[in-house]
Amino acid sequence: MTLSEIVESLSCEVFTGNDQLHMRVEFGCASDLMSDVLAFSQAGALLLTGLVNNQTVQTAYIAEIKAIVFVRGKKPSREVISLAQDKKIPLLGTPYSMYEACGLLYKKGLVPTMVCVPFKA
Amino acid sequence: MDKAFSQIYKIQGGNIYNAGKASTEIKSILKQLGINSFIIRRVAIAAYEAEMNVVMYAKHATMTFEVTPKQINIIVEDEGPGIADVSLAMQEGYSTATPEMREMGFGAGMGLPNIKRNSDSFKIESVVGKGIKLEIKININ
Ligand SMILES: Nc1ncnc2c1ncn2[C@@H]1O[C@H](COP(=O)(O)OP(=O)(O)O)[C@@H](O)[C@H]1O
Ligand SMILES: [Mg+2]
Repeated sequence: MTLSEIVESLSCEVFTGNDQLHMRVEFGCASDLMSDVLAFSQAGALLLTGLVNNQTVQTAYIAEIKAIVFVRGKKPSREVISLAQDKKIPLLGTPYSMYEACGLLYKKGLVPTMVCVPFKA
Repeated sequence: MDKAFSQIYKIQGGNIYNAGKASTEIKSILKQLGINSFIIRRVAIAAYEAEMNVVMYAKHATMTFEVTPKQINIIVEDEGPGIADVSLAMQEGYSTATPEMREMGFGAGMGLPNIKRNSDSFKIESVVGKGIKLEIKININ
């Protein structure tokens, strides 16, 4: 699925990454817990989150999350936007809640990524 | 690349908002060195969780990052409270994080187990009242 299609499906505002909307994302994941993103996501995923701070962008860079959608109308600060520009990670914002946004993308065929395999002790 | 590349980072405890600089720099260096992207992701995740732990729980630390032809090593030595029960801290879900840390997306108790999972060799030593030492090794092949 391309970012343009995601923008359209979720009525997104584009905070940064207007020039990267042709980008394809392979899977979706959703969490406000960055440790869970780091533990369970796969490279190339789209992240939906309600967490709007520097750590969201840092986590995305570290975990090779391709793009971020902030849910429920949350807006990133200028500092967060500039960090994302620096790391070339598009930031989108949707008015939909996390549940609705995930449902809409799932219905359009964006497959999940979070594989929750139990850890070895 | 016969000679090892190495770099030492200082990590300051306390300010969670801007944390993550050392790990993001490590990731950028590994990309420049042309290391396989699956390996880079594992190193970056392990380094980032270790860095966040220093910021959240310790006073300060040095993070030594080494790239040899065979492996990538991350050694984190911090000064701080140490961990009284290491096997408890290694359990998935165990966390003493504050509400402020949780608001920043951390404190799920997944950090240490995830560092271990991403490492080919993982060692943790703790001295209560002094600090902890993590040795993370990830093979390049
Ligand atoms: N560098 C450290 N110094 C002191 N205590 C630590 C350190 N790293 C981890 N801990 C302790 O181990 C617990 C588990 O750590 P971790 O698995 O990273 O989960 P989390 O950071 O989400 O709590 C922490 O909540 C903390 O009590
Ligand atoms: Mg942690």
